[in-house]
Amino acid sequence: MSSAATTAPSVDKVDGFSRKSVRKARQKRAQSSSQFRSQDKPIELVQLPLLKDVSAQEQPELFLKKLQQCCTLFDFMETLSDLKMKEYKRSTLNELVDYVTLSRGYLTEQTYPEVVKMVSCNIFRTLPPSDSNEFDPEEDEPMLEASWPHLQLVYEFFIRFLESQEFQPSVAKKYIDQKFVLQLLELFDSEDPRERDCLKTVLHRIYGKFLGLRAFIRKQINNIFLCFVFETEHFNGVAELLEILGSIINGFALPLKAEHKQFLVKVLLPLHTVRSLSLFHAQLAYCIVQFLEKDPTLTEPVIRGLLKFWPKTCSQKEVMFLGELEEILDVIEPTQFVKIQELLFKQISRCVSSPHFQVAERALYYWNNEYIMSLIEENSSVILPIMFASLYRISKEHWNPAISALIYNVLKAFMEMNSALFDELAANYKSDRQRERKKDKEREDLWRKLEELELRRGVQNNRNDIEGE
Amino acid sequence: MGTGTGGDDSLYPIAVLIDELRNEDVQLRLNSIKKLSTIALALGVERTRTELLPFLTDTIYDEDEVLLALAEQLGSFTVLVGGPEFVHCLLPPLESLATVEETVVRDKAVESLRKISQEHSPVDLEVHFVPLVKRLASGDWFTSRTSACGLFGVCYPRVSSTVKAEIRQHFRTLCSDDTPMVRRAASSKLGEFAKVLELDYVKSDIIPLFTALASDEQDSVRLLAVEAGVSIAALLPQEDLEDLVMPTLRQAAEDKSWRVRYMVADKFSELQKAVGPEITKNDLVPAFQNLLKDCEAEVRTAAANKVKGEVLPEDSRETIIMTHILPCVKELVSDTNQHVKSALASVIMGLSTILGKDNTVEHLLPLFLVQLKDEYPEVRLNIISNLDCVNEVIGIRQLSQSLLPAIVELAEDAKWRVRLAIIEYMPLLAGQLGVEFFDEKLNSLCMAWLIDHVYAIREAATCNLMKLVEKFGAEWAQNTIVPKVLGMANDSNYLHRMTTLFCINALSEVCGQEITTKHMLPVVLKMSTDQVANVRFNVARCLQKIGPVLDSSALQAEVKPVLEKLATDQDMDVKYFALEAISGMYLFNLPTYIFSETFSFSSILFFFFSFSLSP
Repeated sequence: MSSAATTAPSVDKVDGFSRKSVRKARQKRAQSSSQFRSQDKPIELVQLPLLKDVSAQEQPELFLKKLQQCCTLFDFMETLSDLKMKEYKRSTLNELVDYVTLSRGYLTEQTYPEVVKMVSCNIFRTLPPSDSNEFDPEEDEPMLEASWPHLQLVYEFFIRFLESQEFQPSVAKKYIDQKFVLQLLELFDSEDPRERDCLKTVLHRIYGKFLGLRAFIRKQINNIFLCFVFETEHFNGVAELLEILGSIINGFALPLKAEHKQFLVKVLLPLHTVRSLSLFHAQLAYCIVQFLEKDPTLTEPVIRGLLKFWPKTCSQKEVMFLGELEEILDVIEPTQFVKIQELLFKQISRCVSSPHFQVAERALYYWNNEYIMSLIEENSSVILPIMFASLYRISKEHWNPAISALIYNVLKAFMEMNSALFDELAANYKSDRQRERKKDKEREDLWRKLEELELRRGVQNNRNDIEGE
Repeated sequence: MGTGTGGDDSLYPIAVLIDELRNEDVQLRLNSIKKLSTIALALGVERTRTELLPFLTDTIYDEDEVLLALAEQLGSFTVLVGGPEFVHCLLPPLESLATVEETVVRDKAVESLRKISQEHSPVDLEVHFVPLVKRLASGDWFTSRTSACGLFGVCYPRVSSTVKAEIRQHFRTLCSDDTPMVRRAASSKLGEFAKVLELDYVKSDIIPLFTALASDEQDSVRLLAVEAGVSIAALLPQEDLEDLVMPTLRQAAEDKSWRVRYMVADKFSELQKAVGPEITKNDLVPAFQNLLKDCEAEVRTAAANKVKGEVLPEDSRETIIMTHILPCVKELVSDTNQHVKSALASVIMGLSTILGKDNTVEHLLPLFLVQLKDEYPEVRLNIISNLDCVNEVIGIRQLSQSLLPAIVELAEDAKWRVRLAIIEYMPLLAGQLGVEFFDEKLNSLCMAWLIDHVYAIREAATCNLMKLVEKFGAEWAQNTIVPKVLGMANDSNYLHRMTTLFCINALSEVCGQEITTKHMLPVVLKMSTDQVANVRFNVARCLQKIGPVLDSSALQAEVKPVLEKLATDQDMDVKYFALEAISGMYLFNLPTYIFSETFSFSSILFFFFSFSLSP
């Protein structure tokens, strides 16, 4: 995005390859990623007077000049080059930040394109490849943006600009458009958490002030998430985007539009399948609960979704799922609870009997939750039969004594809730097990017979083939 | 299927089978789905068509793992529904599967659809298959449109021209879909689709799509277009390339996103082949120079892998490389990124065959030498492991002066894995350098590894000696290494004394009976009185190992008494191995229970020892 590249005439595109001058210009643009390697000659900027030192009439023009100066980019990989000019740009940016915060009447119509241009020049760039091939945000140190000393001020300037009282979205929307937002969203993949934090504020402000961009922003976030879940499993800014979405969902009008429900079921729920769930689970669970508080009828599809994506091998994720489920149960309406209680408690019964004690323990903690307890009590005639077998078996054979103790309490609670049913289940426990074993055996028999049949047909077919010849 | 609808349907009511497919336990459902062909067989083709398939279509909401198995099964279900005549019955369930969220399921469904499309008659294809593709292509959710992208190519060649026009139209629409996922899918199938189109339509339809996708706002779409560009270029006549694809490819080579440039570098050989020598010379070479100088190491690494330029025209290959590529290569040799240098080191030696002896000596040799001294062992190793290319051109003697210090340095590297890697190249080097040079320069290194403080190195060194003897012969062994190996038998360090035994284990066979009996055996026997038990039980193991090489008189007269003595050793491990050697060599007929009962514990101990030996 250097000025050389943007002014390159479009005719050069056809024949640009063989002409050295154009190649050079393009190359420069390529390098305006966060690593600018070869800048041959040192950069010289003319030192301008301070804004406060000139008269009020001269200020707007000087302001524009300074904005233009700040479009110059420096190579921060070269720690020793252009030190003086880097410092000059830094102090100018600082001055600009103060200026947009404090002064009045500076925002003329022609200021907008210049501000947006300066911000675009500085922040929009192709993010560099990650240092480690498989960047694991839990293990690896994030790669920090080298040009942060300038970048931070540019972000701060932009945020102040957006928040300024004089800021008029109706004028700015010509410059802060869909293309701008798209590039902004791509930056959320930055490995630098400081940058993502700034981006979060910027996007939040833009979403708040530009009504015309809202649907577009939501759609593009959808795309980012879908690509993340189903294609790459790699995007650094998921937690930040979810955080913004949390507050967006909060503001949804009722009744919820179909688009929003689809977003919940087809985008948010599949996010649970991603390997790096732990990095954004808190934000995700918050979004889900927000939805359910808005519209309780969504409880059933959400819980069904969670059960569908329930982790099979990752105990750590299973604990997170149980945590989220408890958050959901905290706000569930009894009428909704009844709809999914069977499916739900079949899963909980599996969790309670998990050999991984953290999973079992997390599930058993539900019985410390008063609201959940009251729901269970109301529906004990359904839930108790589902839970009983696992509880009864595990109470005798779980390796972890703490779990055994918890199970004992749960059984006791059930006994107090519905002693008649409890006694009946205890009495039938043995015969039920026998019936199950019998069923298993029948299944085996069925498959064996089927296989024999297949074999026989195979032989028959061969014989037919031979006869046919 | 001779039996048709026959079979013992009454035995297996569909309800039972369907019950199994509905079981609460995912694992059981999965098992049933995996045996779907068995179920279909039991039902017969008619009931499979009328009952099983509708059931499967209706109950497609399940865990992805089950759906994946289902999608796969249905791809080879044609026979089970009654052959090609009825193959279209499989389309409804596969259509639903092609719209699910999970990518692996969808991809599998598309794969199965592609497979069964071939089994459709041309009429069925138009009546059943093409409508399905159209439905998918205009689906609401991106997943079905993504799946559609993979299906155009398989039906296009076999349908009428009106339908062809519709298919082209659908593909065009998907290329400008507003979700990037669909554009990515279209972009990745563009090359495949172009291949089945008539040349005129490639020019009129595909080229504009290619140009548009290659300048998409998302780099993930653009980079896929690069691959399509390679396929498209291969389809067009030479005279059209310049106008139709080159502008776009040039643009890709200078894309602002490094991912796109990486793709160009990565596909460079294919690209050269597709556009032919003339364009390569005029256009791609300058682009390649830029890629070699790219600001991102990823791009440089990918480009460095391609410096050999296999597809350059024979006559100008040398000049092009000399004038255009070599200057960049010279810079890459001192790149800041180790992956770049390492990629270069793995191919740079290949340049010597292209450039010939004089150029190699003058231009490449200095580069090899720089890389041989590189700070990263991986770079040095890549050079050394490709020495054979240079050998063919200039002979290794030219290199030896500088090669040697590099090898010595790697041989003494502080990381044992580096030392291990260089040992593995020793036999190769020895073969190339010849025995004389080897004796003079490398022999001492090989012997030094025998007393390395890491067991893995000593072990590798032993194995290396064996390979050297295989190359240079027994006589050489007797004159150069056997004396040194045997000399270590008197070392004060018991680990070194054991190394002698390990070497004998490895060498006896390649050295042959005479050397083994005359020179090695006496030393081994003498060591049977070593004061360290580990040495003594290794003597027993060694004797067992070299037994087959010795003649029976030596066995009876010399080995047997020593083993018998060791079998009465105070140390239980020595006893154990002595007895094992005796029984292994059938010197006596001992009842086997002695070993199994008395000494099973020792074998565990032995494992303990063998670990504790390696520091």
